[in-house]
Amino acid sequence: MNLTELVFVVLAVVASGSALLAMTSHQLVHSALWLVVTLGAVAGCFVLMTAEFVAWVQVLVYVGSVVVLVIFALMLTRQTGGTTAEVTGNRWTAAVLGVVAAVGLGATMIAGFHGQRIEGRRIGTAGSIGDALFNDWVLPFEILSGVLLAALVGAIVISRSGDDH
Amino acid sequence: MSLLYPLVLSSALFGIGLYGVLARRNAVLMLLGVELMLNAVNLNLVAFDAWFADQLHTGQVLTLFTITLAAAEIGLGLAIVLALFRAVRTVDVDEVGR
Repeated sequence: MNLTELVFVVLAVVASGSALLAMTSHQLVHSALWLVVTLGAVAGCFVLMTAEFVAWVQVLVYVGSVVVLVIFALMLTRQTGGTTAEVTGNRWTAAVLGVVAAVGLGATMIAGFHGQRIEGRRIGTAGSIGDALFNDWVLPFEILSGVLLAALVGAIVISRSGDDH
Repeated sequence: MSLLYPLVLSSALFGIGLYGVLARRNAVLMLLGVELMLNAVNLNLVAFDAWFADQLHTGQVLTLFTITLAAAEIGLGLAIVLALFRAVRTVDVDEVGR
């Protein structure tokens, strides 16, 4: 095990541990903040897999805006009193299904790809990703900008108070 | 680096996200579980891109697309949750379903 793998294992432990805390914490805001740790650790994993541009996009979009949006939503929907339990009654079914999914996927991956190694021959810098994006992936990129615009307009329409028509 | 490390990590994150979607009562935290599952997919895409040394950077470009779609999804999802909260004064999925 070389240094890269050691750092990756540390980041993987941090990511899965904080993901588990985010999904089981009883404080709602703590869940969102644990998710920040998970997403940051995954961004570190992206850097170790030579995808540095994707790592920075992950930090900007996820840690920077998605989590802020989630914290806003948590604070806007704060319930006064009421229930204290944060998990549904079928949590054990959910836990079994989660473990089955993780073990099944992991076993498939190990069976299919053991012994393969990432060499890091093509580094995903902003330049090379931009070349690929604007030479070969222009049409999907434009369609995606249309999807994003439609989603944001839809979000504004849905979240308007609705008493003006 | 061995390809198995990112693949096993992404399987674990996917399982945890699936548990979160099925078990949390708060609708906002269900959306967080979906984000976690999407992140597991991103990890897979980047790992296979780096392993394949793809000329077109397919995996990493697709990861950027997934991140954008996840941002659109969480924006729309939170708008729906806020509309739900305004209608029934709760975001508890058990209470709403009743």
